Amino acid sequence: MKITESLRGAVQRVDDCIWEIPAQAKPGMLVPARLYASGPLLEQMDDGVFEQVTNVACLPGIVRASLCMPDGHWGYGFPIGGVAAFRADSGVISPGGIGFDINCGMRLVRTGLTEDEVRPRLRELIGALFEAVPSGVGAKGFVRLSGSEFKTVMVEGAGWCVTRGYGWPEDLAHIEGSGCLAGADPEQVSARALERGTQQLGTLGSGNHYLEIQVVRPGAIHDERAARVLGVEGPGQIFVMLHCGSRGFGHQVGTDYLKIFDRVMPQYGISVRDRELACAPFRSKEGQAYFGAMTAAANTAFANRQVITHRIREVFSKIFGRDARALGLSVVYDVCHNTAKIERHVVDGRELELIVHRKGATRAFGPGQPDVPADYREIGQPVIIGGSMETGSALLVGTARAMAETWGSTAHGAGRTMSRAQAKRRVWGETLLKEMEARGIIVRAASKSGVAEEAGFAYKDLAAVVDTLHRLDISRPVVSLTPIGNIKG
Amino acid sequence: MGRYTFLEDVALADCAVEIEGRSLDDLFETAAAALARLMVDPATLAITVERRIELEAAERDLLLYDWLSEMIFLKDRDALVFPHAVVHVTGDGPYRLAADVQGGIIDPPRTALGADPKAVTFHQFALTPVEGGWRARVVIDI
Repeated sequence: MKITESLRGAVQRVDDCIWEIPAQAKPGMLVPARLYASGPLLEQMDDGVFEQVTNVACLPGIVRASLCMPDGHWGYGFPIGGVAAFRADSGVISPGGIGFDINCGMRLVRTGLTEDEVRPRLRELIGALFEAVPSGVGAKGFVRLSGSEFKTVMVEGAGWCVTRGYGWPEDLAHIEGSGCLAGADPEQVSARALERGTQQLGTLGSGNHYLEIQVVRPGAIHDERAARVLGVEGPGQIFVMLHCGSRGFGHQVGTDYLKIFDRVMPQYGISVRDRELACAPFRSKEGQAYFGAMTAAANTAFANRQVITHRIREVFSKIFGRDARALGLSVVYDVCHNTAKIERHVVDGRELELIVHRKGATRAFGPGQPDVPADYREIGQPVIIGGSMETGSALLVGTARAMAETWGSTAHGAGRTMSRAQAKRRVWGETLLKEMEARGIIVRAASKSGVAEEAGFAYKDLAAVVDTLHRLDISRPVVSLTPIGNIKG
Repeated sequence: MGRYTFLEDVALADCAVEIEGRSLDDLFETAAAALARLMVDPATLAITVERRIELEAAERDLLLYDWLSEMIFLKDRDALVFPHAVVHVTGDGPYRLAADVQGGIIDPPRTALGADPKAVTFHQFALTPVEGGWRARVVIDI
């Protein structure tokens, strides 16, 4: 029997949507693995998830369990949707638990515009956004930075943008960690990472990164009170959603430290089941260096999304002939997907300092948490779940249950069910663009083949993921958002 | 040149490629061509740039990792893609690479864009001698 078959066979149901693989299922597991999924979503998870979530359970210092969210699928080292917390005093930090695209994340911007106002100008709007926000291979941003300025961006994150006029002061309160995570250390960043990233601030990237114009359809609001707090006024309202990360800079930081950790693990007596799980003790020289560099990349990702927000405001202002403030283009929230953060959580009745890795997973802090913006604290932290460019996305809020169950974490998207090659075989990019346009969704893309790779059928059903999160009570749906225009890398 | 095949069922969200070469030099040259094909349609890239690349690594497989990482780095820093390379690998640990590469600047819409690779991963990463040459498996994060 293959190992994965035995792991699937070892899965035990704990609750309606909670499944566990006991620590005895694989040699070296220090804690159980927990999968959060409805029955059908569990069935859809590929074999890699079961291998990887149990491999993570073998890493030194892991606390309570290795977790996988409902959108989980195969990743590198950790599964996508993987969440794991390690003791800060004796646990490890692993680039494989964060991913190469450090602080890849989502930002949602509300507008005071309606579909009736936007639809007649939609093609023009999408064209202008496509020009203003460079995307695809080799794209360069409009912000020109010296090496020393780039190092300031690494430390100040989105705050740097606001001081340079690329944002509003109030934007910062609506970004996870106020758009600036503590601990960034530019001195731990390689010269190559610096060279690779200096010209990319303000670029979207490619793959599953996008900028989308979305609308609230009738019946899409699931929680009226939370919706009001988050600036959702009602059907017809237009939102802008953004998905991108730290670009080549973060990718190089990940590449650099994967090689370093691969080399130094034996010095710390660590062996891993998968080379992509290369890690080092968090308190070691290498662990601290990576944390400093990774946080620098995370802050740069916040700055990237902030600069793009500035461009979005410029474009809307030009197209609709009004100041961006008059158009109501305020940031609803900005969340990270790929990070490791120092957080304090209660473990066995004691508060512990933990390094919480979230890879393709979103923080989902519940009501009353001090890290939730003051104006949202009553309802919980906003959670932005990106679906596919065809099927839509969702805005949710974190819950107290997430704090207790998943280190305050939830899903990040719909999760792929099909390889990029399979998707391209099923539909031509050009054909899909025409089909989507016939359904009222205008798409501009840097790569036509990339469009086919991101077709809706390549992803799980977002509604099923959101429903599972609701049943688990690790986040609560507020509003569903439907795409009408998309810029794809 | 050797041959490369993009594998469909290895990496759900990314790209796996198997590369075969009659020699180590051939394998490295073919790997560069495969990575370039992933990023752009080489037929739409004007070949206008020549570069000399020299690398050194403790292990043979890490030299391949560094070689492909260098190509990804140049794509981001200089917007350059190099489909053609003449590679010489020497040494017995450390291993050294000297390559003359030819390519061009990414220039959309003239250049048909493909994927934007983030990194070479260690997932199933392997470089092994086989009968008649060398074979490698590389998964690229896109």
